[in-house]
Amino acid sequence: MSAILFNLFAVFTVACALGVVFNRNTIASALCLLLTLVGVAGIFALLEAFLLAVLMVLVYAGAVVALFLFIVMLLDVRGGERRSFTKATVASGVISAGLLVTGLIGFTKRGAQVTAELPADVPASGSVLKAYGEQLFTTYLLPVQIVGFLLLIAMLGVIVLSKKFQGLEDIK
Amino acid sequence: MTVGLNEYLYLSAVLFAIGFLGVLVRKNTLIIYMCLELMLVASTVALVAFSRYNGTMDGNVFVFFILTVAAAEVAVGLAIIVALFRRRQTIDVGELNALKN
Repeated sequence: MSAILFNLFAVFTVACALGVVFNRNTIASALCLLLTLVGVAGIFALLEAFLLAVLMVLVYAGAVVALFLFIVMLLDVRGGERRSFTKATVASGVISAGLLVTGLIGFTKRGAQVTAELPADVPASGSVLKAYGEQLFTTYLLPVQIVGFLLLIAMLGVIVLSKKFQGLEDIK
Repeated sequence: MTVGLNEYLYLSAVLFAIGFLGVLVRKNTLIIYMCLELMLVASTVALVAFSRYNGTMDGNVFVFFILTVAAAEVAVGLAIIVALFRRRQTIDVGELNALKN
């Protein structure tokens, strides 16, 4: 059962990811990204990381893709349709991506083989909500603080970036 | 067919390569940005799979941080793209060639 679901989600995710790259329309690309993220959330649910699946949909699909769509509409990109690829671009892109995927898959194949199948005695630690809270507020307390600070800085950065400056003197 | 750790890692590798391909071939800055997000998501799939198959929490918690950093990155990056569009009236990387030659 889980194998069928995995194949389903994997094919769906990869197809939608290809849609992001090859769609002619920017908005269609953004919507394909949304579907890809939903597929990844399904994969997370199969791996019993339910909280992460929900967060993926909330944060990525809800906030990030919505932001992308806002910007696409705000910019109203002139000639939103992409031009056809040149042969050189496609060849170099496909060759480098192919090399990358061959390298990664070779690395996975040659690397230490954990197990073909999931042993029954490995606990699904990611399925318990309590475990996240415990980890985040004990072992990872400092990173949590730093990431919070990073968000604050990003917010300030966005405010500064989107302010209209009259001249260079304003910045100083 | 049984689904093991390797299958998840293959999926993650393929997703990462698709994102990489998009960054290489597309000319629209917004699409390049979406493909960057795709690469980040691909890495989270590998992290969660490792975490599940080793019975540890660390990979799952790391995904939290990746999510947060990605959200911050998107906010700043899109603000930069908007600022760029205001100044140059284009977001096509082929036309943004001020540093060429």
